[in-house]
Amino acid sequence: MAALSSHRILICVGTSGVAAGAEKVAAAFQSELERRGLLEKFDIVRTGDRGLFRDVLVDVITPELGRVVYEFIQPEHVAEIVEEHLVHGRPVEKRRAGQDYEAFFKNQTRIVLANCGEIDPEHIEDYRRVGGYQALRKAMDMTPQAVIEEVHKAGLRGRGGAGFSTGQKWRFCREAKGDLKYVICNADEGDPGAFMDRSLLEGDPHAVIEGMIIAGYAIGAREGVIYCRAEYPLAVRRLTLAIEQARREGCLGSNILGCGFDFDVSIMQGAGAFVCGEETALIASIEGRRGTPRVKPPFPAHQGLWGQPTLINNVETFGNIPPILRRGWEWFAAIGTERSRGTKVFALAGQVRNAGLVEVPMGMTLRELIFGAGGGMSKRRIGLKGVQLGGPSGGCVPESLLDTPIDYESITGTGAIMGSGGLIIMDERTCMVDVARYFLSFTVAESCGQCTPCRVGLKRMHEALEEITAGHGTPEHIAFLQEMGETIKSTALCGLGQTAANPVLTTLRYFRHEYDAHVHDKECPAHACKALRHFEVIESACTKCGRCFKACPANAIEWKKGQAARIDLERCTRCQTCYGACDFMAIR
Amino acid sequence: MSQEIQADADLRAADIEAVIVPFRGRNGMLIPLLQKMQERFGYVPPESIGPIAKALDVFPVEIYGILTFYAQFCLEPRGRHTIRVCQGTACYIMGGKDLLDHVQGKLGIQVEQTTPDRRFTLERVACLGCCGMAPVVMVDNDFYGRCTPAKMDEVLELYK
Repeated sequence: MAALSSHRILICVGTSGVAAGAEKVAAAFQSELERRGLLEKFDIVRTGDRGLFRDVLVDVITPELGRVVYEFIQPEHVAEIVEEHLVHGRPVEKRRAGQDYEAFFKNQTRIVLANCGEIDPEHIEDYRRVGGYQALRKAMDMTPQAVIEEVHKAGLRGRGGAGFSTGQKWRFCREAKGDLKYVICNADEGDPGAFMDRSLLEGDPHAVIEGMIIAGYAIGAREGVIYCRAEYPLAVRRLTLAIEQARREGCLGSNILGCGFDFDVSIMQGAGAFVCGEETALIASIEGRRGTPRVKPPFPAHQGLWGQPTLINNVETFGNIPPILRRGWEWFAAIGTERSRGTKVFALAGQVRNAGLVEVPMGMTLRELIFGAGGGMSKRRIGLKGVQLGGPSGGCVPESLLDTPIDYESITGTGAIMGSGGLIIMDERTCMVDVARYFLSFTVAESCGQCTPCRVGLKRMHEALEEITAGHGTPEHIAFLQEMGETIKSTALCGLGQTAANPVLTTLRYFRHEYDAHVHDKECPAHACKALRHFEVIESACTKCGRCFKACPANAIEWKKGQAARIDLERCTRCQTCYGACDFMAIR
Repeated sequence: MSQEIQADADLRAADIEAVIVPFRGRNGMLIPLLQKMQERFGYVPPESIGPIAKALDVFPVEIYGILTFYAQFCLEPRGRHTIRVCQGTACYIMGGKDLLDHVQGKLGIQVEQTTPDRRFTLERVACLGCCGMAPVVMVDNDFYGRCTPAKMDEVLELYK
């Protein structure tokens, strides 16, 4: 079989890899190998993204030299790699992956992402090669109750955010009365800054499908639906392909693996509504209605899709199921902490050196994560101010709390939430008031409009934040934000509204001084709020070159040859052009 | 002339019908059907609402409810190229807001609008999942990472 050749060239062709030009690199390898008649010998394997989202990674695997990883590869580098490495067996040292790459992967424990970037997601054989569908085989030889027991004892908790016990949820669904039951995979990943579900679906779609089939067997369902964002075309394409292959091999459809169990999966594409990540809204959307949440109970486990008992789990949760079944609950339960077992995938982004997907055992501290796999700050001289955890439902945690261990309870204790695992690193240049405003502008736009606290309350809070960042803030605005935030938290109908005020409440708690500076001193400590920016020329640093003068579109800079520039604040539109034009950091 | 217009309309009605047929009478198929319709025409033609309502046995107002609820749907023809400026958290922090302001100013349109010459439709998107290359802009199906206003000007010139 071609996919099992011992000479492999792995190229990360996920959405991020494609953005960096991976398809062009793959094409270059194709034509270069063809030119040299090496196509027979080497397999070009298009994998999903491995998790380091910045460049094109290429791995060359040969029996003689083992595995060599190249980074930042562009099409023009391909000929050299083929000539030196593939033909003469001499790796191209200067293109080999360096310290960042090593630090990034060395500090991770990969269970869910183990296959991402390693296997060809478009070939079921490649998945089987790494143990794929063995868990399904094993589950089929167990009773459904025993499968649930296994998941329960492993201590897996939902990875979509709330952290409910997965085994418990399965048990409720199993025990719920109903002839027809459904399994839904929630792949409506809407949090800005979270992309682990997309990457897993693109890099290892079969694992998610296998997890769903096992869940279907355990709860007694015959139908599964993957609700996937329409913004993820590559994920949808690879899932479709994986479903076809699984059907062909008897892992999906009727009489699965000859065990008399029927189960099939279909894909439903979301239509661009963040609130559809909420389970009851998601169900409404699958049924073809507006995606508005409803009051719980009844929970979907009792009354879900088409009124039938329905199991809804997140992509990452399903991704954990095959390894648990394959390797046993004891193995899984040994990873992580007492109450939070296993690993969690984080989407690390912002002002951090290594942005990407990081999978670490629960219990690791935020600091270890950021300065280990994350490689520290992107600009070494600018310090870390805080991290934003859990997207628009989460909160901002200050530098002083970075030693908080990553587990559901500790994170919730800080006022943030684990959420889907978005982790945005912010340095001194980020204004926390503006960040709170940003998240609210998102939730205001995405509120379904059904309940008043969320529809009106968030809008009013957003207005108050606009006033503050525009320099018109009063102390009453701050008091209002606090009170309204708490009110919405306790009165909104669904998870979106109940958590939407978190970014404001946590920034008020930890970064109150920034609010005060905006309101009392009319100053933005981070110089990020446009209306509060005051640019000035630092004369001692100015080289009198006149670049800022030429760049200014508002004629607000006075300059003559041999004279330091001066900014006319009356005319200045605070556009930052001069700031960018100055090479000497003389404008602040 | 009026005959030609009539012929065009007939042709279009037939196209609309062809999209509807596989979905007729199927429960829960409204959103997938509207997605297909948009895929076919680039937007959901208002004249398709009546036939869809009949085929799925729902009220037209329910269809409008869906169309206006979900961000994906568009009731007007779109530009030849779609610019999606990412406003995900990472992109926002890395300068995505200024970038969006710049594009809006340059094209003279706001988000969700189309230039008068139908060259561009501008959209904001909450995350393209390429946070390592923030700020990111997607034009049609091409990604551009680490964008600056100046780079953006060059990129837009590639799309006519």
